[in-house]
Amino acid sequence: MTLTTSARLGDGLPRWLFVPAALATLFLTVPLLGIAARVPWAEVPALLSTPSSVDALALSLLTCVVATLIALAIGLPLALVLARSDGRLAGVVRTLVTIPMVLPPVVSGLALLITFGRRGVLGAPLSVLGIEVGFSTVAVVMAQVFVAMPFLVTAVEGALRSSGSGFEGAAASLGASPSYTLRRVTLPLLAPSIASGSALTFARALGEFGATITFAGSLQGVTRTLPLEIYLLRELDTDAALALALVLIVVAALTVAVTGWFSRRTVRRRVP
Amino acid sequence: MHSPSRRTSKVNLHPLEQVQIHFRGAPALCSAVAVVALALTSVGCSTGPAASAPTGPRPVTVFAAASLTAAFTEIAELAPSLDVTLNFDGSPTLVDQITSGAPADVLATADEASMQRATEAAIVAPDPTIFATNSGVLIVPKGNPAQVSGVDGSLDGTKLVVCARAVPCGATAHKIAEAAGVTLKPVSEEQKVTDVRGKVSSGEADAGIVFATDAQAAGDAVETIAVDPEKRFAARYPMTIVTEAKNPAAARAFIDLVLSEEGQAVLATHGFGAP
Repeated sequence: MTLTTSARLGDGLPRWLFVPAALATLFLTVPLLGIAARVPWAEVPALLSTPSSVDALALSLLTCVVATLIALAIGLPLALVLARSDGRLAGVVRTLVTIPMVLPPVVSGLALLITFGRRGVLGAPLSVLGIEVGFSTVAVVMAQVFVAMPFLVTAVEGALRSSGSGFEGAAASLGASPSYTLRRVTLPLLAPSIASGSALTFARALGEFGATITFAGSLQGVTRTLPLEIYLLRELDTDAALALALVLIVVAALTVAVTGWFSRRTVRRRVP
Repeated sequence: MHSPSRRTSKVNLHPLEQVQIHFRGAPALCSAVAVVALALTSVGCSTGPAASAPTGPRPVTVFAAASLTAAFTEIAELAPSLDVTLNFDGSPTLVDQITSGAPADVLATADEASMQRATEAAIVAPDPTIFATNSGVLIVPKGNPAQVSGVDGSLDGTKLVVCARAVPCGATAHKIAEAAGVTLKPVSEEQKVTDVRGKVSSGEADAGIVFATDAQAAGDAVETIAVDPEKRFAARYPMTIVTEAKNPAAARAFIDLVLSEEGQAVLATHGFGAP
């Protein structure tokens, strides 16, 4: 790993590569600048302090934190198991659990609805017991976990596969138990990819719209997250919608930037 | 920063709702010329578009609200003497399109506010005719599992879904509730009336307030519970001739067709009320 203190720019690459690279950068950033140019900056504080905006922001942050924690609690173990498994079954499971990543979110919402909805396969028996998740904050979190957890699983599994199992083997040969090895060797090694996978998961959950509106509905303070509030305001009050969009972009950018910094710092500490 | 273009935000409809349908009569060549004529403003066709020509269908371009899609498509087929081109979109968008020079002969909107904006801009004739109404109704899933009896106390504790207050169907829902002396406690306030209908027809919600046309389109999946006719708060649909219509006579003919017994019968089958 070559990490130097001086800033590098396309080290050792042919110059012509900069042209498509610049084009990609422009294509991805100009629309963001477009929003920034249209935002009524002077009115942003007022637009963001309306009760509905505050509720939407608070609900989004709460649900995304919970969704990310759930993804870590069950998605991380899944990633570890998949990375250390071969064979047909592991392949099938790996394919199935990444499908939500590529499904249109509305399809994810429909899938959740016909499974956990009141008349759903699992929802109908639960409904008899008096448990109904539809139109609740729980449904929002379920939608977010469904669409976002695969990002964590994929990121961590990929990192663990490419890092191999040499260190774990060494630890085991020195008498470390599997749990001890996991805690002291595997997880610390994976810290950067766990951080970036969590950031992706959080950011994806933050932007989740289609599955939420299909499965959870839209009610202020209960299920109307930031993207749903933006969608509602889009045709009625463009300025307010843009101000909220700005918040969404800033939170997502901060999430990715902070975890990126954390990952690099972790790597740097490890390489003397 | 505050450029004029920001006011013309487009209502984004599902692609299926933006269908443009062309009805072409014989002779095909003349119809083709007529279509070109629409675009080029003043190319004549010896047998087709001229109002005085007795042979061949006369072209007319109708800009209509998206909720009229099914009804107007059917009405257009009633008149072999007219070659109707239909353009469906949200009412505010239609007004914006005509303002910026889109070649329309007839404008039909789903609300009076949009039509008023058009008459104030003098892009349409100042005397719009109300041709249909669309009233708010209460719908429940087939079988009415929560035993809702109307916009009354029976809604308490049920899963009621309505449109957000800022959306026309939401405003109507709240007006109905206020008139009935009931405070709505919805579990969800949707952005689109079709989302309300979807949640009721799937049984996820116990009841919803939608427009009569939406209830009609849901077919057997929902049951409609009558709302006191005095308290339905119908939206009134106006239509009129565009000031710069290229085919004013054909435009008049189309409006007469919509107002005719035949046209009104078609509107009724799609859930619209009489004007």
